[in-house]
Amino acid sequence: MREVAYAEALVDGLREILAKDERAFIMGGYFLGLTPRRTLMAKLRDDFPARVWYPPIAETGYVGTAIGAAMAGLRPIVDIATASFIFHAFPQVVNEAANIRYMTGGQTKVPVIFHFNQGIRGGGAAQHSHSPQAMLWNTPGLLIMAPSSPRDVQGLLRTAATCDDPVVFVDHVKLFEVTGPVSEDGTAIPFGQADVKRKGTDLTIIATSYSVQVALAAAESLAARGVSAEVVDPRTLVPFDGDTVLASVAKTGRAVVVDECHRRCGVGAEIAAVLAEEGFGYLRAPVRRVAALDVPIPFSRPLEEYVEPTAEKVVAAALEIAK
Amino acid sequence: MLPDLPREDLLGQLRTMLVIRRFEEALILLQRSYDVGHFHVYIGQETTGVPALALLEPGDVAFSTHRNHGHLLARGADPGRMMAEILGRETGYNQGKGGTLHIASAEHGFPATSASTGGNLPLATGAAFAFRELGSGRVSVALFGDGAVEEGAWHESANIAALRRLPVIFLCENNSLEALGQKANEYPSSTLATPDLTDAAKVFGIPAVAVDGTDPGAVHVAMTEAIRRARAGEGPTFIESRTVRWPGSRPLWPQLATGETELAMAWDRARIPDAHRAWYEVNDGVLRYVRDLLAAGHASAEGVSALDREVRERTDTAVRFGLDSPFPSPETAMRDVFAHE
Amino acid sequence: MPELRSIDAIRDALRSELARDPRVVLLGEDITVGGPFGATKGLVDEFGEARVRNTPISEAAVMGLAVGAAATGMRPVVEVMFMDFITLAMDQLVNHAAKLRYMTGGQLRVPLTIRVQGGAAASFGAHHSQSLEAWLTHVPGLKVVAPATPADARGLLIAAIRDDDPVIFIEHRALYWTRGPVPDGHDPVPIGRAKIVRRGADVTVISYSRMVGIALEAATRLADEGLDVEVIDLRSLAPLDIDTLIDSARRTRRVVVAHEAVQHGGVGAEIAARIQAEAFGELDAPVLRVGAPFVPVPFSPELERRFVPDADDIAGAVRSTVRRPSAVPAG
Repeated sequence: MREVAYAEALVDGLREILAKDERAFIMGGYFLGLTPRRTLMAKLRDDFPARVWYPPIAETGYVGTAIGAAMAGLRPIVDIATASFIFHAFPQVVNEAANIRYMTGGQTKVPVIFHFNQGIRGGGAAQHSHSPQAMLWNTPGLLIMAPSSPRDVQGLLRTAATCDDPVVFVDHVKLFEVTGPVSEDGTAIPFGQADVKRKGTDLTIIATSYSVQVALAAAESLAARGVSAEVVDPRTLVPFDGDTVLASVAKTGRAVVVDECHRRCGVGAEIAAVLAEEGFGYLRAPVRRVAALDVPIPFSRPLEEYVEPTAEKVVAAALEIAK
Repeated sequence: MLPDLPREDLLGQLRTMLVIRRFEEALILLQRSYDVGHFHVYIGQETTGVPALALLEPGDVAFSTHRNHGHLLARGADPGRMMAEILGRETGYNQGKGGTLHIASAEHGFPATSASTGGNLPLATGAAFAFRELGSGRVSVALFGDGAVEEGAWHESANIAALRRLPVIFLCENNSLEALGQKANEYPSSTLATPDLTDAAKVFGIPAVAVDGTDPGAVHVAMTEAIRRARAGEGPTFIESRTVRWPGSRPLWPQLATGETELAMAWDRARIPDAHRAWYEVNDGVLRYVRDLLAAGHASAEGVSALDREVRERTDTAVRFGLDSPFPSPETAMRDVFAHE
Repeated sequence: MPELRSIDAIRDALRSELARDPRVVLLGEDITVGGPFGATKGLVDEFGEARVRNTPISEAAVMGLAVGAAATGMRPVVEVMFMDFITLAMDQLVNHAAKLRYMTGGQLRVPLTIRVQGGAAASFGAHHSQSLEAWLTHVPGLKVVAPATPADARGLLIAAIRDDDPVIFIEHRALYWTRGPVPDGHDPVPIGRAKIVRRGADVTVISYSRMVGIALEAATRLADEGLDVEVIDLRSLAPLDIDTLIDSARRTRRVVVAHEAVQHGGVGAEIAARIQAEAFGELDAPVLRVGAPFVPVPFSPELERRFVPDADDIAGAVRSTVRRPSAVPAG
C-alpha cells in the first residue's frame, strides 16, 4: 500500500470519478480551501476543463442547480467551500434534495454529493467555523459521510459516486496533511460501516471527521498514563453503525464522544443519548461529551483554544470516568 | 388571437383547458362535503399553461409550484391519479407522500414540484445545465408566479442561466396584475419595486417578453421562439404571462365566486350577469378562446357543449376514482427515503 | 380567570407591546391582513403601516433587515409564515443575529423576536409541516421558546419582545384554536423556566408545545393503570431548565422525552444526554425518547397520523421504563 496525504487521496478520488463516469461533474473549486494543496484542484480543472465549473457566489443558485442537474441525468459533486456558507443553500439542501425522492413517492432520484470543510480551522471566527452536520443529521433524506483518513476518503468517495441519493461529504481542512495508506485495488468502503481506528480495553472514544485525529492523539496520551482507549470512527453519520459502537462500549463500559459541533444538540448528543439508552445495562460511568462550547467561535487564538474540543479535554474527560 | 395551429390541435387544446377548468371546479365543490385541505387552483390561467406546455416534447422537463394542477393536466397527467394524490390516496402519483402542493409525475416530465416559493428556479436551471452538458437537446421550463421574483433564488438562477446560456425557459405567470405594488392590500399581493417583471430578467441580458396570458396565440408565439432559442443553444428566455387573478382565488380558500363556468356565456351575452361582468366578458381566457374558435368557424356551440359534457363525465369519474381509492397503509410512511432501504 | 384562544393570546401580546414600546415593529408576509391564520389581524388598523409592515417574499433579506434594525435601535418582531421557510433565512439568523453581540465583543445587541409556526397538522405536506427547532437550539446566541398554553403564549411572547437577545418563538397551528385561562395584566413569563404541569411519583415525561397536551392525555390513561406520571412542560428549549429536569429525574428515576420533531438528532437527544450524564446511577431505566420517525413529513392523512407521535406512543414508552427491573448501579 502506498502512503499519501489526505488531500492527494481526495483529489485522486475526484479524478477517478470524473474518469470513470462521464455524467460526473464538479461544481465549485474550493474543495481544498485556500490551503497550499489547492494547486491540486487547479490541476484537476486543467485536466477536465469541461467538467469543472466555478459558479458565481450564489449558493442557493448553484447548489440548487446541482440538485436540478442530478434530477436530469448528471451526477454532480458540488462544493460549498466553507461549511458556514451552507446556510445560504439550506432551502435547497434540506427542503428540496433531502425530500424529493420521498415527496414524489420514489419517482425521482437525486444523485448529488455536497462537499464542505467544517469546523475550527484556526482564526476563522464565528462565520467561518461552523459544523452544520448536526442540523443535517436531523434532516431525514440525506446520507452523510465523514472520512478521517486518506484510505477512508478514497473508499467512501467511491461509494458516494455510485449512490442514487444525496450525500453530504463532511470534510475538514486540518485533515489535508494527514498521511496514511490507500488501497490500490479499487476498494470501496460501504456506508454504515464504522472503523475501529485503535484497539483498547479500558474506554471507548467515539469521534467523527477531524475529531478522530484528536481522539487518536488523546489515546496516545492516555496510554502513557496506563489507560487503554479504543477509538471508534463511525465514518458515516447516516447510515450510522450503531452495532460496532455499542459492541465497543459493551466491552469497555465507558464512553467519551468527541465532536466539533456545538455541544447542545450536536452530533454527540444523539450518540450519547443512544448509548445511554441501548447501553444502559453495561455503562459503568456516564457518557461524557467533548464538543465545541456553546458560544460562537471566537477569533483570538487563546479564546478559540478554550472553546474547541482538544486532545487535552478528551484526556481529562476520559480520566474522569476511567476506573 | 388563436395559435397558428391546425383545427384539431386548437380543439385539442380547448379540450385540455376544459379538463383543467372542470377539474379545479370539481375540487372546490368537493371541499363543501369533504375536507380536502388547502389547495390552489389554476382557474384563469389555462390559456397560458395549455398552449405553452403543448409545445414541449417527451424528455423536456418542467418544474412547477403549489399551483401545479393545471400544469400537469396540460401535459397529459391523468385526472383520476391527480385527484387521488390530492386526497392522499395510495393510487396518487406520489402515493400520498406529496399531496396537492407537490404532485409530480416523472413520466410526464415533472420530476419534482416545490412548494417553497422560488425553490424550483435553481432546480429548473440545474436540469437545463444537465441537458446542455449531456447534449440531449432537451429544454427545461421553470413555471412560477410573480411572487417568486421576490426571492433571491430568482436572481441567482437567472444569472447562472444567462452566464452559461442554459436551455431554460422562465415562464412567469403574473396573476397579480391588479395587486402590483400591493394596491389591493389583500392576501396575497405582490411586493416588487419593479412594476415591469421583464426588467428583472433583462438586467441579466436575458431576452424577455410580456404577453397577455388570456391570449393563447400570443403565448404560443412567445413560447415557440423561447424553445427554438433554447434548443439552438442560444440560452434562456423570460416570458411574463399576465392574467387578472380569478375572483375565486382571491380569498384564502378557493371559492366558486363566479359559479361553475357556463360556456354558453361565450355565445349568449344575455346570460352574463352584472356581478363579475369583467371576468365573464374579458378576463376569463377560456370563454374568450371559445368565442374566438366560434368566430373562426372552427367549432360550433353544440360541438363545444358536447365536448364539455364529455369532459365533465370524465371529471366525475376522476373524482369517484379518487374518493374510492384506498389510503396508503401507515407503514408506507417509512419507505422511499433512500434508494436502498 | 378569563379564557383566550392561543392565537388571540398571541395577538394580545403583540398589541400590548406595540402600545408599550414605540420601537417595536412587526414585519412579515401578508401580516396586514392577518397572515395565513389571522394572528396579526387588525393590528395595522390600530397601529398603522409604519409599525405593521408587509414584506416581499424575501425571507433572507427581511431577516437581515430585521437584524440590522435591531442592532440600530428598533425591536422588530418578524413573522416567518411556516417554520420550513426559516431555511431561507438561515445565514442571517445563524451567522448574523446569533453572533453579532459576541463577535463585536458586546458592542451590539440584537433585540429581535422571530415568530414561526411549525408542526404537522391537516396535511400541509413536506414543505409546510416541519419542526426544525433542534437546529435553532443548536446555535449559541439564539434563545428558543415553545409555549403550549395561551397563558404561556402571551407571557413568553411578551418576554421575547422585551429580551435584548434574538428569541425564536415557536407556535403550532394545531394549538392556535385551543382555549385556556390567562391571568390579568400583561406580565412576561420568564424565559428559561420549565413548568411541572402534573405532579407524579413514578415516571417523568418531558415535553413541549403540542406534545404537552398529548402527554397529559397519556398520563390520564396511565393513572387508570396505577402509574403516576409527572409531566413537565419545557416551555423554553434554549436556555434549558436542566435543574428542574434533573430534580424530577432523581425523584421518579424514570424519564421519557416526547416531542413532535424527528427523534434523531432532536432536542430530546440533548435532554437525554444531559440527564444520563448528570443523574448517572440514579435512574432505574434508560431515558427513552418519543419523536417522529426519520422520514420527511408525508402528506396523506393516514401517513401523517403515523408520523406524528400520539398518546399511545407516549404511554407505551412510559410502560417500557416501568417494565425493566430496577437496575443495580454497575461497577
